[in-house]
Amino acid sequence: MSQPSLCGGGPCAWRGNDIGKGMGQLEMGLGVLQKVARAPCAQLAGTQCGDKSYWHDGAVAEIEKKIIEAFEVFDHECNKTVDVREIGSIVRSLGCFPTEAELHELLAKVEEEEPTGYINLEKFLPVMTKVLLDRSYPPIPEDVLLHAFEALDENKCGYITKEELVKYLTEEGEPFTQEEMEDMLSTALDPETNTVCYRDYISMMIVDES
Amino acid sequence: MGSGSSVNANYKYSLQKSENAFKAAVLIQQWYRRYVARLEMRRRCTWRIFQSIEYACEQDQIKLHNFFSYLMDHFTPSSSKERDFISRMFISGESFKEAELEKYCDYESLEVPDSYTGPRLSFPLLPDHATALLEAFKQKQQLHARYVLNLLHETRKHLKQLPNISHVSTCYSEEVTVCGDLHGQLDDLFLIFYKNGLPSPSKSYVFNGDFVDRGKQSLEILIILFTFLLIYPKEVHLNRGNHEDHMVNLRYGFAKEVMQKYKVHGKKILKMVQNVFCWLPLATLIDQKVLIIHGGISDTTDLDMLEKIQRNKPRPTQAPSMANRLEFSKWVRQTVQEQIEWCRRLVDISESEDEELTYSSVVSLTDLDGPCWTRQEEWKQILDILWSDPMPQEGCRVNTVRGGGCYFGPDVTEKILEKYNLQFLIRSHECKQEGYEFCHNRKVLTIFSASNYYEIGSNRGAYVKLGPDLVPHFVQYQANKTAHTLTMTQRISRVEESAFRALREKLFAHTSALISAFKAYDKDNTGRITLSNWATAVESVLHLGLPWRMLRPQLVRNTANGMLEYKSWLGDLAMEQRSQEHIQSSLLEVIYRNRSNLETIFRIIDRDHSGLISFEEFHQTWKLFSSHMNIEVTDDGINDLVRSIDFNKDGNIDFNEFLEAFRLVKQA
Repeated sequence: MSQPSLCGGGPCAWRGNDIGKGMGQLEMGLGVLQKVARAPCAQLAGTQCGDKSYWHDGAVAEIEKKIIEAFEVFDHECNKTVDVREIGSIVRSLGCFPTEAELHELLAKVEEEEPTGYINLEKFLPVMTKVLLDRSYPPIPEDVLLHAFEALDENKCGYITKEELVKYLTEEGEPFTQEEMEDMLSTALDPETNTVCYRDYISMMIVDES
Repeated sequence: MGSGSSVNANYKYSLQKSENAFKAAVLIQQWYRRYVARLEMRRRCTWRIFQSIEYACEQDQIKLHNFFSYLMDHFTPSSSKERDFISRMFISGESFKEAELEKYCDYESLEVPDSYTGPRLSFPLLPDHATALLEAFKQKQQLHARYVLNLLHETRKHLKQLPNISHVSTCYSEEVTVCGDLHGQLDDLFLIFYKNGLPSPSKSYVFNGDFVDRGKQSLEILIILFTFLLIYPKEVHLNRGNHEDHMVNLRYGFAKEVMQKYKVHGKKILKMVQNVFCWLPLATLIDQKVLIIHGGISDTTDLDMLEKIQRNKPRPTQAPSMANRLEFSKWVRQTVQEQIEWCRRLVDISESEDEELTYSSVVSLTDLDGPCWTRQEEWKQILDILWSDPMPQEGCRVNTVRGGGCYFGPDVTEKILEKYNLQFLIRSHECKQEGYEFCHNRKVLTIFSASNYYEIGSNRGAYVKLGPDLVPHFVQYQANKTAHTLTMTQRISRVEESAFRALREKLFAHTSALISAFKAYDKDNTGRITLSNWATAVESVLHLGLPWRMLRPQLVRNTANGMLEYKSWLGDLAMEQRSQEHIQSSLLEVIYRNRSNLETIFRIIDRDHSGLISFEEFHQTWKLFSSHMNIEVTDDGINDLVRSIDFNKDGNIDFNEFLEAFRLVKQA
């Protein structure tokens, strides 16, 4: 990955994925991602970038506490382990937007040598701390999301038919399960026209989030 | 070359397009999955909030017991009035002798007016009576007090001859349906009957306790269950739950419901119900293989003992410390004696009662009647069955959260199953998201039948069916039409809102303690603390074990540079609560925090269930309570408080209105 030019260097490199090699509107969107990823670093650290020791102990401790809290919400047996299938939820609820592929990579780092189906907090904590400090899986801004929907909207008419959406999301990319698809349709689909007006959908979801 | 290059260009273009589509799909999926994960986290946090608050409330019950112990240790009544006052707190649980009960809760003299359009019951009951009742309750009609009392009398007579542990066999009626907590939610019972059918000779039911409290139709549920019990005694089985208990009913709403619905005869009905509850069987055994109890077990659970004890004996109150015991018991006996005289005079009974019943209903001293177990040992068996919860770790420890029973581990389960040659346990007592949940290697099944327990959309209810193969089949449901039409997000948001309202109230109730805790992190007195310290401070005060950093965005809105101005934040919390402005704010806080205990104490004092207590009684209560809680309240403070809540200006306090004034504004 190329060194971001806005920054003097140091551990705040933005780690993109294959999408970064895209073209057209998506490329533009990703440029935004790049900027977003870098901006809060200084705030988080409290000092200027470029200084290797700029992560305040306080900042790191606080991040660790947050990770532990999120972990414990899924720790049913109160023994510092969670089911491996819940890792995705934990990572995402901490503000990260990994793809499934990225998640698998992360899992490889935190799993035991002989996978037991459980992940230990001990292994998870340092890896996840680094993820948060590096902002490894930055959020997807609203306009990037919009561009993505527009890319699927062949006729540029502002909506996508149910069939098309289902086709794209269950056959392309990292396919949705049937349950995921139905879930999304339950809020996104306008049952009268059988289409998804994606601008409205995005606006609604953003409001829900806050 | 022309066509070649245009083919190339077309190819390149379509390649680009499919790559774009691929990447767009990934992006949307990536974003959506994150959204779903966030929702899942919010849902779990909401659940944690409700559970921790619910269990913290049960801890209040412990505080109440401590309060009574405190009274025993420190309070020397200086006048007969004070003695009377105190003794009333301890005698609320007394049980009447048979003849007294019949006379006190007599129903035959109650006339049913011709204008009454509700169901009329005659005994022995028939299936038609049951359907009439179901129909009537659907139409929101009320059963006349005469029939209620009659039903309760007959139920009591029937329950008395049942053993402590009911035995059910699947060879008589192919399937047995087991239902968990209903908590006064009549709609859920209707839904169960609709989906599964009414009880009948070919349809057996076991209802595993907690029929009453919290929901608004506890009495209707009791009436229906008791009716079916009497019509189909071989097919319908009821287990006692921890809410089938007078003290608990005073706190959690059943007593209030009865008094509101039956203003004149409510007292009698409550008395009868109390005497029915104590006769409910403790457990049910299916095919000698599946044990059904309301709460759980402990490492000392002994089914042989449970079969033999007298289950209707009332609970011994907290034993006072050894030193005071004799003194205290002497004192109590005196007051008890006086009370009994007074009661006797009222009901005009002659002298031949055996005193054993009256003393044992107040103080637990070593009882030498019956087999060689102490009252305390017997009661521990019952408490464990009714109050325990399973835990993932091995072992068995005291359930400090609930104030009764144990936390029991998979090893305890294994031992009991082995000892009595059982296959698995069915219990209820804990609300579960999906209405049911297995634990301990599928050896313990929790079944919970009150859907939307915390809030609309919070959870499903379920019941379980067992055939001769004893393989459980589950049916889930949710008894609110709106819950279905809401999207997942809306459902979660709604429940979340409710949880956070309750949490904000709790925070407000601890304002002073929070300020002290915050100040400890703000040595320079800037009025600001970091969000990190906020989280630590809040947990140190509330002890709810919640993930405060996850919850923070919903609780704290205005932050600058990661710092919070705590005084104005607390001020905002205070504004949200409806309050009486002319009452001292610290007093307000104290009332909020102890509202639940205060309510229970008021109800105990209000012996005739009128909803009113006199100024003096209120004053007394408040004084005792505040000295126990180390609250400094001047006499002026109390007088101000009292004056402001004398809504009727007649020297009496309607404590329902008083407590209402401190309740949060609930969403309609």
